[in-house]
Amino acid sequence: MALSRIRNFSIIAHIDHGKSTLADRILQITQTVSEREMRDQVLDSMDLERERGITIKAQAVRVMFKAADDRVYELNLIDTPGHVDFTYEVSRSLAACEGALLVVDAAQGLEAQTLANAYLAIENDLDIVPVINKIDLPAADPDAVAVEVADLIGDSADNVLRISAKTGAGVGEVLQAVVDHIAPPDGDPAAPPRALIFDSSYDQYRGVLAFVRMVDGSFHKADAVRAMAQGTRFDVEELGFFSPGMRPAKHLGAGEVGYIVTGLKDVSQLRVGDTLTLAKGGAEQALPGYQDVKPMVFSGLFPTDSDQYPELRDALEKLKLNDAALSYEPEVSQALGFGFRCGFLGLLHMDIVRERLEREYDLDLLVTAPNVAYRVQDANGTWHEVHNPAQMPAGGEVLATEEPYVRASIIVPKEFVGTMMDLNQDRRGDFQHMEYLSEERVQLVYDLPLAEIVLDYYDQLKSRTRGYASFDYDLLGFRVGNLVKVDVLLAGEQVDSLSLITHRDNAYKQGKQLVEALRERIPRQMFEVAIQAAIGSRVIARETVKAKRKDVLAKCYGGDISRKRKLLEKQKKGKKRMKQVGNIEVPQEAFLAVLDINRDAAGAG
Amino acid sequence: MPPVPVEVLTGEVARPHRQRSAAARVEHLYVHVPFCAHRCGYCDFVTVTGSEPLHARYVDALIAELAQRARLVPAPATIFVGGGTPSLLLPPLLRRLLAALPPATEITVECNPETVSEQTADALAAGGVTRVSLGAQSFRTQLLGTLERRTRPAQIRHAVERLRAAGIANLNLDLMFGVPGQSSHDLLADIDDACSLEPDHISYYELEAKPGTRFTHAHGDELERQAERMEAYYEQVVDGLRTAGYRWYETANFCRPGLESRHNLGYWRGADYLGAGIGAVSTLGLERRRNRPSLPRYLAALEAGAAPPAEVEQLSAAERAVERVMLGLRLDRPLPLGARELAVLDTGQVERLESAGMLITEAGTIVLTERGRFVANDVIASILL
Repeated sequence: MALSRIRNFSIIAHIDHGKSTLADRILQITQTVSEREMRDQVLDSMDLERERGITIKAQAVRVMFKAADDRVYELNLIDTPGHVDFTYEVSRSLAACEGALLVVDAAQGLEAQTLANAYLAIENDLDIVPVINKIDLPAADPDAVAVEVADLIGDSADNVLRISAKTGAGVGEVLQAVVDHIAPPDGDPAAPPRALIFDSSYDQYRGVLAFVRMVDGSFHKADAVRAMAQGTRFDVEELGFFSPGMRPAKHLGAGEVGYIVTGLKDVSQLRVGDTLTLAKGGAEQALPGYQDVKPMVFSGLFPTDSDQYPELRDALEKLKLNDAALSYEPEVSQALGFGFRCGFLGLLHMDIVRERLEREYDLDLLVTAPNVAYRVQDANGTWHEVHNPAQMPAGGEVLATEEPYVRASIIVPKEFVGTMMDLNQDRRGDFQHMEYLSEERVQLVYDLPLAEIVLDYYDQLKSRTRGYASFDYDLLGFRVGNLVKVDVLLAGEQVDSLSLITHRDNAYKQGKQLVEALRERIPRQMFEVAIQAAIGSRVIARETVKAKRKDVLAKCYGGDISRKRKLLEKQKKGKKRMKQVGNIEVPQEAFLAVLDINRDAAGAG
Repeated sequence: MPPVPVEVLTGEVARPHRQRSAAARVEHLYVHVPFCAHRCGYCDFVTVTGSEPLHARYVDALIAELAQRARLVPAPATIFVGGGTPSLLLPPLLRRLLAALPPATEITVECNPETVSEQTADALAAGGVTRVSLGAQSFRTQLLGTLERRTRPAQIRHAVERLRAAGIANLNLDLMFGVPGQSSHDLLADIDDACSLEPDHISYYELEAKPGTRFTHAHGDELERQAERMEAYYEQVVDGLRTAGYRWYETANFCRPGLESRHNLGYWRGADYLGAGIGAVSTLGLERRRNRPSLPRYLAALEAGAAPPAEVEQLSAAERAVERVMLGLRLDRPLPLGARELAVLDTGQVERLESAGMLITEAGTIVLTERGRFVANDVIASILL
């Protein structure tokens, strides 16, 4: 297909604003899917496809559209991952396009996530086609939303399309706008091939699939290719495009979007953002934009039942095949036993991984409170990255510390601006700016330590604004922070998995909250339990769980020995679920006490 | 009535090893008399109220069951007639039951104070009873009311006097602490009142409000409110009775020197025992048999010359060893540890708790320290594998 007749675009939309429905309607209108095959959310039916033995989800789908000039255009609709944690992947997807549909719900208006992705699109120089969806809703206010959207992209409100993806009203006009307003790809069909990998996935039968956007030249089946940043080499086993099922083709040409079956066994061998070219006589210069994504949020994953450790390891190995951003290394905790310290891109990524492990692999997991990556300079001046508070050296051996910061964008109705400023102040936020998106809605931008949002920031945001706030963040990198490690001692013994790293100003308050939370979770037992929080050797907070004074069975005679034995066995089982630290028995939930400390603080504030 | 071979009990075909175990002598016999004038709210024993016409039939059925089992307990060391309220049986019936018991060196009968008439006391003495356990529970009228006991404090003293007058010297008082509304003062007064009667033995139980009972429904909230205040009561009971010269020889039992309940010691030392009557439990080797609690079915079976309906629990050797540890550590005397007991103990935990002052092991025995005894459940659950 000639470059002039190709259009590559994404849909940017907040969750539930109708991206999937619009995609379905586009497939339907262009007769990519017959009426008989049509079912809701064709592109999103991952589970259904898996049930039918197909594990590959289309990341890009090709439709043929006959435009007003009576010519047929090849439109490639490229899917974008939906969340902030995957910003890097989103930006790679956008880099594969020349334009984007910005879809906004006529009743909800702009959301922080849409805004973030729209900015990404603008930064990537994409042509934006603004669309207001769900105009058929009773609560729709398309005029007001059109003004918000037009302000954002610097266009006139009159140019904002108004559609209902549900009924199909206006969808044809959207495709025409794609042809009219989004630039065709530019590239050199005769140059050595260069293709941007914008996503990848793993299929157990076919290995790694690369989703690519051809920029220059073309690839053919059996070409020997290499990934320019990583150096990985493989032969093209098959290539083609999705429409919406896999359609093998003879070649992929400049400007086109499609897939390549690589035969590689691990997605980490082929990273998003890398450039593919021919192994011999390939391009000299890689396409811009490859960066190694680094996990920023860490958490310990421990099987509740220690027998499940090998299953957890196998499950992580399998997940990793399809998720290059996931990292894990074995971790041994004196309290929780054998597990893994896992690194995630962010909180959503962590949730997704945990949920998949529990649901798809039937594991019962204990997930420790998440912490961020810290950078610590030791007495010799060497910098180390610390992923686990237990790895942090003692106070005297630390010269400097750094923690990751994010730029957070919060959109709220104006009456909540005050409470949002309070929240961000509490969380060591650094105010950047504030902007009225409309008369009612305000965008606040703060720089915040990532550590301040990993625990309960999102919950606070929602509860303080009755669910009206929307929130997104971008990683800024490391900044200097005055950080200390707070250790917990139970009956004088330090418990590594209860340590936390916090800003020095918060250490006293958090240490106190932590020992209080522990006091509530540690049952009375044979011995008195002293619970102390300490920075180095200095104790900053103390609570005591008094020893129990009695624990006996009042009577036991011939008639009830069996029942009493069963009670004893039950008590024994309860003990087995606890972790023994010296003479103290600590229930597993106590190790999650750290989750509660900010929560309590917020409740008080 | 001639003794019925043990095989009849199970309806199984005789096997040689069963005959051998049948030949082993059981030292302890329990006889259950379920009748009560009133079922107290906190009670979860097998009891029957308002069935006076059935008393005679039940006693006959008991005698029949004892006859069926006679070969197993030709000469028990101890017999315990418990309930229920055995003393609710009218004296002639009581005499008939006692006469049917084999001779034993300790024969205990449980009585409620208000049922101990002179005639009843005489019947007990004439029947060879050596020991009476009186269900006093408290000397505070109001607490007796809360417990739905029909005894009045004065009746406890009268019962003690009558029994002693009839020649039964060895007396136990059952008492209770942790009763809703019981103040620390009430507790100390109860201890004083009990000691002033100079019983040879005192069983002092903490009231157990079992989930689902009428009592818990009525008083559960109150009990929860006073839980903290009552925390020290157990220690006060132990202190008070020791000061009065009693030995704290078992978790809930205190005695004058040499006057332990020998029957109950049998349970705590893991001996075999045989139980007769509805709901009664026998443990013979690894077989635990519980007679079903239904009175009509029990009567029907015994009157037809059959064995009482029962359910059998087959114990493993390990379970029996766990029980011996659980029961033996209720006592203040060291428990000898055999290979079976050692096999169910976690030696690491034993060592840890010994150095923490909860128990003492010495010369192949184990015993809880004073502190260990107060938290015995926790200690025992810790040291078992």
